Amino acid sequence: MSALLTVDGLAKRFGGNEAVKDVSFDVHPGECVVLAGDNGAGKSTVIKMISGVYQPTAGQVYFLGNRLTGQSAEAVRRAGIETIYQDLALADNLDPGLNLYLGREKTKRVLGLPVLDRAAMRRDAVDVLRGLGIVVPDPTASVREMSGGERQAIAIARAIHWHAQLVIMDEPTAALGVPEQREVMALIERLKAKGVGIILISHNLPDIFAAGDRIVVLARGVIAGNMRPEDTNDEEIVRMMMGATL
Amino acid sequence: MTATEANTRAGASLVKSLLNAWSWLFLILILGFFEIYAQIETGNTFLFRIYNLQSIAVAASQILLLALGLTLVVVAGHIDLSIAFTTGFAAVAMALVVRAAGPEAGWLVVIAAMLVGILAAILVGVVNGWLVAHLDVPSFIGTLGTYGVARGAALIVAGGATVSIRSDEARAIGNGDILGFPVPVVVAAVLALVCHYILTHTKFGVHTYALGANRAAVERAGVDVKRHLMLLFIISAVTAGIGGLIYTSRFSAGAANAGEPILLYAVAAVFIGGASLTGGQGTIAGTVIGAFIIAVIQFGLVFSGLPPYWQFVAVGLVIIVAVLVDQSKHRIVGGRG
Ligand SMILES: Nc1ncnc2c1ncn2[C@@H]1O[C@H](COP(=O)(O)OP(=O)(O)OP(=O)(O)O)[C@@H](O)[C@H]1O
Ligand SMILES: [Mg+2]
Repeated sequence: MSALLTVDGLAKRFGGNEAVKDVSFDVHPGECVVLAGDNGAGKSTVIKMISGVYQPTAGQVYFLGNRLTGQSAEAVRRAGIETIYQDLALADNLDPGLNLYLGREKTKRVLGLPVLDRAAMRRDAVDVLRGLGIVVPDPTASVREMSGGERQAIAIARAIHWHAQLVIMDEPTAALGVPEQREVMALIERLKAKGVGIILISHNLPDIFAAGDRIVVLARGVIAGNMRPEDTNDEEIVRMMMGATL
Repeated sequence: MTATEANTRAGASLVKSLLNAWSWLFLILILGFFEIYAQIETGNTFLFRIYNLQSIAVAASQILLLALGLTLVVVAGHIDLSIAFTTGFAAVAMALVVRAAGPEAGWLVVIAAMLVGILAAILVGVVNGWLVAHLDVPSFIGTLGTYGVARGAALIVAGGATVSIRSDEARAIGNGDILGFPVPVVVAAVLALVCHYILTHTKFGVHTYALGANRAAVERAGVDVKRHLMLLFIISAVTAGIGGLIYTSRFSAGAANAGEPILLYAVAAVFIGGASLTGGQGTIAGTVIGAFIIAVIQFGLVFSGLPPYWQFVAVGLVIIVAVLVDQSKHRIVGGRG
């Protein structure tokens, strides 16, 4: 199967600091690639180069065979790569429907004037979330009143609704309780089943092994290991994260 | 959910709706208070006299012309302190044009003068928007700066004095009525409807609320946030500028400090109406109620023969109550942010 995303020799320098050096890996449809690594290893920098937030100093990113490097974050998103940041980028004071459509709201005409179609957006949000196994008790309430897992689901719903083929998640379970972490891991399985490719940044060993089809370990900006979970173990991963190469 | 949990939830949501409706209840309360006071003291009605109602509505309109645009700015998490002097700047600009044209000015000149007044206001709005959107100056400081500049500019062009005009057309606009409603009230009502439409029924409105809650979310959604902020400050300046045009028309004079006494009331109306300094909340309906609460206090105190200075004390107290209500709302609803 051909790769959805190919990262080829990416490097990023911040002043004198080489944050990322020569990072390459592939993501296939329905595959979850875990990016593991210690604090400051360069994980966030790698995904920001993929999502168009940073431009790499060297290297290329290809998505569905097209070169992505040099495009804006907006263009990357339109191409089908959705990034879910740690803070989720939800507007807490709006309902799930408006959050799902933020920036691309549905309108209808009333007496010739364009008017937001809140009901339609709400219906779509309820539908997409139901597809993710989440029932929203009150879809008219603002997302502030929802649980961490439900809020994560709304951010993921946004990716699904806009037909993302690759979803990037930066530590999606970091701020969550244990049951909610499980919810998010279940959501990731559902995305994989839909054929969506995933890049998951995680510190958490059980998550890494549960969700990962491939584990890419970064240490001080370079790839310290790239293997399938069945070919490795906790100890080896930790050793790689600490910077002891193979 | 257990039964007790359900009960506390229901209790909390009841308290929450009471807190949301407190401004309505408060308005009814003070109207009732002045009515009873009037009945006992004078044996007359306070509420059911056209003159009183008109006076209250005109006072509320003056406040609203500054507060409507401000509401949008505050929902987005910013503030516009320059509006008082934007009002004065527009008032003086209009008056100067009318005066230059002489006493036989005619409709065309008055309309042209109003356009000049609006342009003067837009100028202030553009500067505010540019400072906040492009130079990342905090709006409190930036608009405090333009407040000073607009004040000085209005005083300079007016030569430090009030610019009086003689124009029947302007007077007809400021003091006339449409179907029995004073023109300022009609203008404020139309602007209130327009602002309500913008805030609740347009994409621009949703983005304004979202901006108040999470700017990064709006940026990542692909919205041009700088342009959005620019437009918000222009809208605020335009409604304040229209307030200045109404002022010049009503009093046949443009004064640099036309909006000064109203600034506190406009800010108060917005916060009494449910907006929050942290942004993300507030409605036009709330601001309208807030403006009426202040107008009733103002007029009611005069009506009951108390020294007018009490209105400052009373309005100040209402602002503090509004802030306390907002605080306790956050505490009860709990949640993030
Ligand atoms: N915008 C920036 N300017 C300068 N240096 C940066 C910038 N962003 C990241 N860095 C540096 O690059 C290195 C890698 O940072 P990065 O955020 O990618 O690490 P990370 O693996 O995501 O760590 P964490 O687990 O703590 O999130 C760090 O040394 C960091 O200080
Ligand atoms: Mg990081």
